[in-house]
Amino acid sequence: MMAATLAKPGFFLDQRRVAQAILLAALVLVLFRGVLPAGLIRLPEGMVLPFADWINAAFAFAQNDLGLMTLTRAFSDAVEVCLDVTANLLYGKSRWPNVGPIPWVVIAATAGMAGYALGGLRLAVLAAGTFVWIAVMGQWKWAMETLSVIVVAVPFSVVFGLLMGVLAWRYRMAERILNPILNIAQSLPHFAYMIPVVVFIGVGPKAGAIVTIIFSVPPMIRMSLLGLRAVSPEIIESGKMSGTTRWQLMTRVRLPAARTEILIGVNQVIMQSLAMVVLASFIGMPGLGQKLLQLLQALKIGLSVEIGITIVLLAIVLDRMSKAWALKQPEHVEGATWVQRHRLLAVWLGLIALGFLLAWLNPYFIEVERKQALSLADPLDAVVGGLIDLIDPVADWLRWFLITWVLIPLRDAFLWLPTSAVLVALAGAAWRIGGLRSALVCLAFILPIALSGWWDRAMITLYTVFVSVALALVIGVPLGLLGAANEARARRFLLVCDTAQTFPSFIYLIPVIMLFGVNDVAVVAAVMVFATVPIVRYTIEGLRNIPPEIVESAQMSGASGRQLLWHVKLPLALPTLVVGANQSIMFALFMVIIAAFIGTQDLGQEMQRALSSTDVGKGLVLGLAVAFMGLTADHLLMKWARGREATAGR
Amino acid sequence: MTESDVVISCRNVWKVFGDRPERLRLTPATTLEALRATNHIAAVRDVSLDIRRGEMLVVMGLSGSGKSTLVRCLARLLDITSGEVMVEGQDIGKLSETELIELRRKKMGMVFQSFGLLPHRTALENVAFPLEMRGQDRASRIARARDMLTLVGLKGREGYFPRELSGGQQQRVGIARSLAVEPDIWFLDEPFSALDPLIRREMQDEFLRLKGMLAKTIVFITHDFDEALRLADRIAIMKDGAVEQIDTPERIVMAPATPYVAKFTEAIDRTRVVRALALAQPVAGPVPEGGALPAGETLHALARRIVGDSRPMIPLMDQGRIAGILDRKAALDLLLGPAA
Repeated sequence: MMAATLAKPGFFLDQRRVAQAILLAALVLVLFRGVLPAGLIRLPEGMVLPFADWINAAFAFAQNDLGLMTLTRAFSDAVEVCLDVTANLLYGKSRWPNVGPIPWVVIAATAGMAGYALGGLRLAVLAAGTFVWIAVMGQWKWAMETLSVIVVAVPFSVVFGLLMGVLAWRYRMAERILNPILNIAQSLPHFAYMIPVVVFIGVGPKAGAIVTIIFSVPPMIRMSLLGLRAVSPEIIESGKMSGTTRWQLMTRVRLPAARTEILIGVNQVIMQSLAMVVLASFIGMPGLGQKLLQLLQALKIGLSVEIGITIVLLAIVLDRMSKAWALKQPEHVEGATWVQRHRLLAVWLGLIALGFLLAWLNPYFIEVERKQALSLADPLDAVVGGLIDLIDPVADWLRWFLITWVLIPLRDAFLWLPTSAVLVALAGAAWRIGGLRSALVCLAFILPIALSGWWDRAMITLYTVFVSVALALVIGVPLGLLGAANEARARRFLLVCDTAQTFPSFIYLIPVIMLFGVNDVAVVAAVMVFATVPIVRYTIEGLRNIPPEIVESAQMSGASGRQLLWHVKLPLALPTLVVGANQSIMFALFMVIIAAFIGTQDLGQEMQRALSSTDVGKGLVLGLAVAFMGLTADHLLMKWARGREATAGR
Repeated sequence: MTESDVVISCRNVWKVFGDRPERLRLTPATTLEALRATNHIAAVRDVSLDIRRGEMLVVMGLSGSGKSTLVRCLARLLDITSGEVMVEGQDIGKLSETELIELRRKKMGMVFQSFGLLPHRTALENVAFPLEMRGQDRASRIARARDMLTLVGLKGREGYFPRELSGGQQQRVGIARSLAVEPDIWFLDEPFSALDPLIRREMQDEFLRLKGMLAKTIVFITHDFDEALRLADRIAIMKDGAVEQIDTPERIVMAPATPYVAKFTEAIDRTRVVRALALAQPVAGPVPEGGALPAGETLHALARRIVGDSRPMIPLMDQGRIAGILDRKAALDLLLGPAA
């Protein structure tokens, strides 16, 4: 990279000059907005292409003429059978096999034993404790409705993902086709998945399960492919020399050797499933998500906090357990008898027997009745009420100040910008970073948004993301600097970030609604909090990964602490920080769309409308608009970071 | 030497990596530069060699010399670009997948530099793996794997997973696994290079013990010249994918074929390699009186007795008869350097 630019200084200058010229043109367009023809300020109506109608026509064709409906119905029936089984076992829905519900003590004991086997006593207490909390708080049925879908969705996703991963690993062509699809799929907001599912399947738990399956497959494909690629060639050669057939090599050598990556994939599938299942309440999926949605809409803060705690605890338990499973290394066991060799299994069987005995003695241990349940809602409401009274003047002023002096002017400014100027400026910036190719890629992403006719909505989304990420940077970078001060603190900060990232995004809405009510400030605050996490995380990672000898050599050159920070540490950590900002933008985009239900005027709100009117075409166009904005940011920031790292020789 | 004595035979073997290696026309005169010009790299260049039954051939070369690629061509882990590799009279390039798998299940075993053990299986299950692949029943393959682990000194560690074993122990598992199917041909690709020097020495001794017990045709890859001298019946020295010289350790040391080989041998203490017999002259005329020295020992081992002997010519005894006469001055010259 370095050598190339040195060898061709003319080209390098060219790239910069061209970029400057294009950016200048954009500036001219902005300055002379008053005299621009209307067609350059907003695309004329006649040029807007009816993408949505085309997509709807394609869907109608696939649904009716290709008989895709039969296929999806068959698949959803298969899923429904599985759902009935788990629903019966977990919360006693009267379906085959009609043996449930399993008493909550048995499930809590099982979770505790699984936690102990995977991660020792602490995980055992966390896992068992979570289920005890759910039971005694009287949330058992809702939590089990949620879990019964996850239990069905995860195996489906894992098997699909693994098969597709193997396919992509085996055939380059399959990988080439899958890669762009996965890129778009992973930047499509949750709602974009729901609309087609509603059209094909309808609403309810079945639709919830299917949208969850579809949503959580992509990371599994990625991780399986990665794992299969990473198996050491010597292990494969040793397999071949042991006389394996291709099938034996795949099932007994490659897949087991890729175990860790595959299980990390399973972990991601589980976390994605949880996030989606909570959101699927929008399409009639019962469970914790639906309860939370209802309570939030009714502004019942105390009760929603209770549900929020449950969701967070479930997220932490599921994440820790599946990660512990992925990282668990095999260990040999010694012992002569069966009980000695299978101690944990024996203890578990004992606990289960005890649990059933308790349940037989007292129905409290099967399911806690509503009137027996504990509740923190009243004290919580009191505390929150007191807190709000205390900070209300400040919060009120802050809300007024932000809305009047920051948010509305900024939003108006974004909307005031001529479409042509935005497109030209984007092309200029892209040209500066990655030359002609980048400029074309970015235009290919953004021009369709202009053509779709959703430009104003997209600009509002962009403005929310811009404000939130800017605030996230202002808060996150200093926090990261603070966190990276020493190793022990860095580890503590990273643990907090890791944990916060496992929470379903929905959760972040609870505190901001609590503090700011339902308005633009709450949206920005929720998005900002969610987007701060990756920034803190990557700031710490970036600072931590600076080679110590570079810092030492700067210290020996007599750099002061401030000089060290500004001239050595921050420049070296910058590429990593930019990767963090990139992830932050992705998170922000997802969150903005989810936050739509507390009232925004952006793409998200339109998407909610498309959802309620089951307009697949509109929903997908809006979803793709969000995805393309994310992919543009991703392309530019990653290209810049990679170029920077290449020149630094790292 | 009859045909059946040759187990592995390579003729003009080339392995070329690059854009379209199959379209190249490779002759012994093809140079590296010519290949590089068309974006190709030759890892193995026009190698021809024969390996006899029960022989141990050590392929020695620095990293990048193509030695590991060569052994992979012999086992057909890689398909060669041109030439042919015959194993027991069969051209392995022409074997179908099933035949190749059959060959590996019955005749070949291989040991790898970083062990190549399956991390999710215990030592015992790793050793039993090739037997499982060929469909042997559980009881007999477990019994066989137990025996193999005992043979390599890992009795009591059967239930351990690879990551619970030290490097030396992991390689013992690798060796046991490669021997489990009782292969006739045993490939070892730098088996001891990943081990620290003390363990390496111990493993070499262990290897010599096993080699003495089992009559196998062995191809052993190493970058360590001392290791090659210590273990080999014959050594093939490789450079840039071509074999520079293939000969007995003594001949390599005493008569290096190229300057490159000579460079390797420079720093070597020849007296530890050269046996008395190699310096001997044929018996012509009367045998000198007095005791004879054992012809098969190295000069280094005989040094004290040669210095103490005052006869100019010393008889050498091999298997109960006089095998040659050692010129004491020539021996002393080699031991102590030429007289100043």
